[in-house]
Amino acid sequence: MSNSVLELNDVSISLGGKQLLEIDCRVGPGEILTVMGPSGSGKSSLLAYIAGFLAPAFESSGSVLVNGDDICSLAAERRRIGLLFQDPLLFPHLSVAGNLRFAMPRNAQHKSQAISDGLNDIGLAGFDNRDPGTLSGGQASRVALLRLLLCAPNAVLLDEPFSKLDTQLSEEIRTLVFDKLRASGLPTILVTHDKADAEQAGGEIRTLL
Amino acid sequence: MLRWASHSLIFLLAAPILLGTLIASLPAFGYFPPLGSSEFSLEAWRDLFEVPGLTRSVLVSLISGILTPLISLALVFLYLASATESKLDLWIRRLVSPLLSFPHAAAAFGLAFLIAPSGLLSRIISPELTGWERPPDILIVNDTWGLFLLFGLIVKEVPFLLLMSLAALPQLQPRHRIEVARTLGYRATIAWLKVIAPSLYPLVRLPVIAVIVFASATVDVALILGPALPPTLSVRVLSWFNDPDLNLRFLAAAGSLLQLGVSLLAVAIWLVLEKFFSLLWQFWLSTGNRETGESLAFALGRSAMPIVLLVIAGSLLALLINAFAGPWRYPSALPSSWTIQHWANSLSDLSIPFFNTVLISVSSTLLALIVVVATLESERQSGKGRSTAMWLLYLPLLIPQLVFLFGIIVLTEFAGWQANLSLVIVGHLLFVLPYVFLSLYEAYRQLDPRWTQVASTLGASPLKSFWQIRIPLLLAPCLTSVAIGMAISISLFLPTQLLGAGRITTITTEAVALTSGASRNLISVWAIVQLSLPIVGFMMALFIPKFVWRNRSGMMDTR
Repeated sequence: MSNSVLELNDVSISLGGKQLLEIDCRVGPGEILTVMGPSGSGKSSLLAYIAGFLAPAFESSGSVLVNGDDICSLAAERRRIGLLFQDPLLFPHLSVAGNLRFAMPRNAQHKSQAISDGLNDIGLAGFDNRDPGTLSGGQASRVALLRLLLCAPNAVLLDEPFSKLDTQLSEEIRTLVFDKLRASGLPTILVTHDKADAEQAGGEIRTLL
Repeated sequence: MLRWASHSLIFLLAAPILLGTLIASLPAFGYFPPLGSSEFSLEAWRDLFEVPGLTRSVLVSLISGILTPLISLALVFLYLASATESKLDLWIRRLVSPLLSFPHAAAAFGLAFLIAPSGLLSRIISPELTGWERPPDILIVNDTWGLFLLFGLIVKEVPFLLLMSLAALPQLQPRHRIEVARTLGYRATIAWLKVIAPSLYPLVRLPVIAVIVFASATVDVALILGPALPPTLSVRVLSWFNDPDLNLRFLAAAGSLLQLGVSLLAVAIWLVLEKFFSLLWQFWLSTGNRETGESLAFALGRSAMPIVLLVIAGSLLALLINAFAGPWRYPSALPSSWTIQHWANSLSDLSIPFFNTVLISVSSTLLALIVVVATLESERQSGKGRSTAMWLLYLPLLIPQLVFLFGIIVLTEFAGWQANLSLVIVGHLLFVLPYVFLSLYEAYRQLDPRWTQVASTLGASPLKSFWQIRIPLLLAPCLTSVAIGMAISISLFLPTQLLGAGRITTITTEAVALTSGASRNLISVWAIVQLSLPIVGFMMALFIPKFVWRNRSGMMDTR
């Protein structure tokens, strides 16, 4: 259990003098905040800003607090913010286990055991040495989720992670992702334009213009 | 550290070349303390202009400097205008890069052995068609006006310009434009020449100018195919430079400056031609002509490229036959018997140059790869595009090699350095760097930035994601650019010859040295070794990723 809290304090992002978005919110442990808005409303810029790779052309103000500490001055890899993209983005040159191992903290104990257990847990027991290129879309999404969890983040960002899956599969993966994140007690921000995502997330919904 | 690497790329390229060019001019005006002359004078220039046959040498250099790019570019454009999606075209496109890796010297030898009066072609058609029982007494190779040199350069530069054009074409969306023009009633070939050619030319302008400079100042190709009495300016400058009489150094210095002037003049004439063609095109476009000339352009374009390919294939064949030929009486098409004696005889002579070639090409290419990757990585991390002028990368191709290498030699003599292997490696680095950069730049830029972002959200430091994510993902393009870099290094003649002071021998310098006097059989053996080395490199670049990623299906489409 993580019990972290993610806070965005008066965050404002603009490009070329034009303000893209403004947001102020608090996401508690296991809560999922949904941010909705049409394309071009700056949803992806918000996630890039929190994760730490907003392009230098953007101007930003405000602060991001994790458990009360401002993380804005930290490099992306020090922020401990997990991110799921639209695509699973499993590294194609590593095996499934290699992808998971890449994410685990250096001093983690019993890595191989943790990997087998994790795979078992998401219904992919024995997939350790598989080539990620041979996985189905749903399997790859599960591995991507497990990779994020094994990294032990303090907060999670979801960038329309179900939008490329077909309806039935997205339903299934969505349930899995939300259950796991809630069970881990991670504060989560979900960016989407799909109403079904927002409803199932069950948390507060903010709409960008 | 990385920022330093980024600046060092420019420094590595620009400083020696600009400094070398500047310093080359000192002895031309009589200032050269190592030979005890520290007074400025114009004596070298007076001597230079009294050299017999100088005008002819300059003219030949100038003519090949202008006609080579003009004819090559015309052939490439006509080919592209008439190209379709046929099997032949796909095949030609696939052949372009391996053809490019043929070292100039080996290609030139092959061409000479194919077309010389006693060469393969003349043997095949004799005596039935020609009635020749003995080789005809005509000067084809090494003709006095350098026409055969011109022919050889065109055969070598057409694949280069074709590759450059093919790389630039996609951004013009040619298919779409042609469709629009065709709906307006233009025939396909005319449409290409009218709507694609004018926008494609600016994109291949720098490579074209590099061709002008190379063709007007080449040494190795001119030694093999060029006129002998008098030779081209570049060849004469080299012979003055290598003359045991050290006083000819002043003449060589003045000559190399003249060479720079000739190359610049060729470029200037080209710029005038550009204006002329631009006016011509404007007029032609405004006529609204949709069909006239279509069949001629189509026929020229369709036949040019297969002919160039056939000539190259024939040259290769001529080399292979010569390398294994036993006794071979003149009009017979093939030798009466085959032998490996020429190989057995060369084996002991080959070993040291072979070792040097591999050592020099591997070290200069790996150095180049490190500098280029560090540059690209620092640009990626700083999030800035190329701020430094891209054209600086072309500098080693835009200034005649002879000129700035000459200056670098003068510099080392001022400093009292001995010619040695490391100097040769650094010299090769100058020529390898641009090609490694240009070949890796696109791949590095096109790598999906999300791979790095995912890695950093998983807590990977920039260093970790560089070594564990980006380098493995870019393994294939890195190996390809290594193969290209090694091919360039292997083909270099002048930098090895000059910076090694003739004491460091490679396959290429030895092969070119065989021009005077050695048997065709022996030369063919060396030329085949020379052109096999780059092929080995390209094979490795192709098969290593296939082997390493044999269980990683996703690695096939991230390239």
